Amino acid sequence: MARVDVKNVSLSFGAYRALNDVSISFADGGFYALLGPSGSGKTTLLRMIAGFEYPDEGSILIGGEAVESVPVDKRRIGMVFQNYAIFPNMSVAENVAFGLRVRGEKGAGVEKAVSDALDLVQLGHLAKRRPHQLSGGQRQRVALARAIVTKPRVLLLDEPLSALDKGLRKDMQIELKRIQREVGVTTIFVTHDQDEALSISDRIGILKDGAIVQEGAPEEIYDRPRSEFAATFLGEANIIEGTAEGGRLTLENGVSIPLPQEAARSSGHLRCAIRPERVHVVPGGLASVNLSQAGTLTGIVRHKLFSGSLSTYSIDCDGRQFQAIVPRTGEDDIRMGSPVEVTWKKEDLIILA
Amino acid sequence: MTPSFKTRRRNGLLSALPLLLPAYAWLTLAIFLPLSAMVYFSLLSDIAPNAPSPSLTIENYATFFSDPLYATLLWRSLVLGLIVTLACLVIGFPAAYVLAKILKGRAREAIFLLVILPFWSNSLVRVFSWSMVLREGGILDTALNAVLPFEVTFDLIYSYPAVVIGLVHSYLPYMVLTCYLTLQAIDDALIEAARSLGASRLSALRRIVLPLAMPGMLAGSALIFIPVVGSFMEPRILGGRNGTLFGTVIEDQFTAVYNWPLGAALSFILLAVVLVILLAAAPVLRRTA
Ligand SMILES: Nc1ncnc2c1ncn2[C@@H]1O[C@H](COP(=O)(O)OP(=O)(O)OP(=O)(O)O)[C@@H](O)[C@H]1O
Ligand SMILES: [Mg+2]
Repeated sequence: MARVDVKNVSLSFGAYRALNDVSISFADGGFYALLGPSGSGKTTLLRMIAGFEYPDEGSILIGGEAVESVPVDKRRIGMVFQNYAIFPNMSVAENVAFGLRVRGEKGAGVEKAVSDALDLVQLGHLAKRRPHQLSGGQRQRVALARAIVTKPRVLLLDEPLSALDKGLRKDMQIELKRIQREVGVTTIFVTHDQDEALSISDRIGILKDGAIVQEGAPEEIYDRPRSEFAATFLGEANIIEGTAEGGRLTLENGVSIPLPQEAARSSGHLRCAIRPERVHVVPGGLASVNLSQAGTLTGIVRHKLFSGSLSTYSIDCDGRQFQAIVPRTGEDDIRMGSPVEVTWKKEDLIILA
Repeated sequence: MTPSFKTRRRNGLLSALPLLLPAYAWLTLAIFLPLSAMVYFSLLSDIAPNAPSPSLTIENYATFFSDPLYATLLWRSLVLGLIVTLACLVIGFPAAYVLAKILKGRAREAIFLLVILPFWSNSLVRVFSWSMVLREGGILDTALNAVLPFEVTFDLIYSYPAVVIGLVHSYLPYMVLTCYLTLQAIDDALIEAARSLGASRLSALRRIVLPLAMPGMLAGSALIFIPVVGSFMEPRILGGRNGTLFGTVIEDQFTAVYNWPLGAALSFILLAVVLVILLAAAPVLRRTA
């Protein structure tokens, strides 16, 4: 196992700058998710750590040593590809044994290691199958067993679950987490899926246009996003902007709302975000809130999206759409087209950069 | 295979029949009919100009076994087929690999064009240009002597190597193309997966690429071996007296000696031998493929 440090790495494909001065560290034994929109450079960063791409500038350290001059096959990494890349000319067991065989290992040791790895991913009974006889989830687990059997220092996963349907994906997330904890290998996991990133990783790095936007623990990024991009990419957010002065924010429509303690001294133009689930909706505009402690806007309910235990309302506040997620307690008398008041505690307001 | 797959395939065949019909009708006309005519010819006694009406005989086939010269020539042709096929494989596979897995975009298109260019020139023209290149005082000889400080005489024309060179040049594109197609179909991620698991480039080539490219290599080999064994133009023009092979002997029967029955019989013997070789090789090849 080893830590991975990416230091000021840049890479261009022709004129296109795919990674731009990226620095990020992955602690030993951690489970990291790299999250970002399509084309943001997630795969490129992963392939660079693996050794399939070389940085134009900057350096990559695995276990504290620079790996620029170390070819892929000597980096001792394990990689799971998006399409799994199971060798079609080999059985499941042969696939898993591949990494040991190319290292010249032979005999009972290999067989033991292979069956242990297959048991770990709960595929011991399918060792003799050919790859085309496997389901998507089984293939994914073969790919995982194949990658970890060589005891890699770092495990790199490029959207390994994206080809699976939702139910299987949930199961595999749990399984992946379990296996990672059991093996203890530093894991870097690329995903599109914010829920996946939030639920299985210890830390998340958000990439945008080839640069790291924010990096931190899932709760930290969700609760304290530093940019509008981070706030809206990871979860939903209502954006509010206005002019700050004396601990209050004056919006375009003249309404004044209180700012949280941390921004009490800011002045000038300010952008803030509020999570929809932190918003309360009060029918009829009869809220009796302390205006120095809570933000309040008035608006008209435009849409309602029902999703089982929750309802999402879209509220038009002077032309600005405001999202509010409300648990369905059976007492909801919020009707479409009716005037409402939306309020939130001032501490729930997130100040964006 | 599951039963449902089978029924689906049968239905597919049925609905594909109208599409297949023209091709099969053409094949029947173009191959089956002439071939039947040749079978008939091969069973005729020699049709001398003033002979009485010819009779049916197996004498022509017997000729092959009575004169060891024919067997020797057939053996020579088979060896030539093997040499040319192997040479095409050794030259063609790396070229196809570079084309499919290393080059990209413009460079790939350009090289690809160069590979299939021989297809666009008339084969006779190609062979004659080789004869210009290879003979003493020819292009290669002159060029080498202009560059090298010492005198060399380079006279390959009318030799076995000249025949091999000409044939390899003619048939190489088949190997490059078939290998290119199978290599192209191999997902790059498989090679990268092998590399990430600790395989060197060479090891990934040997353990992953070669086994997966085997069908293309075999198809290319069959495409080359079969015509080369029966070839007569390149051996005649580039090999001269040294180019006497089974194919040239068959051609002689048709164009010089006018012994069509013997020519036809020898052709069928060649066909049978090649078929036997392919059938014998099939189980071995299927296992590796
Ligand atoms: N080999 C390449 N040649 C040229 N451009 C490339 C190459 N590989 C990637 N790119 C470009 O670099 C950018 C980042 O690509 P990358 O594959 O890292 O994105 P990603 O974040 O993994 O996206 P996705 O979520 O869609 O997989 C993209 O704009 C892509 O077009
Ligand atoms: Mg990607």
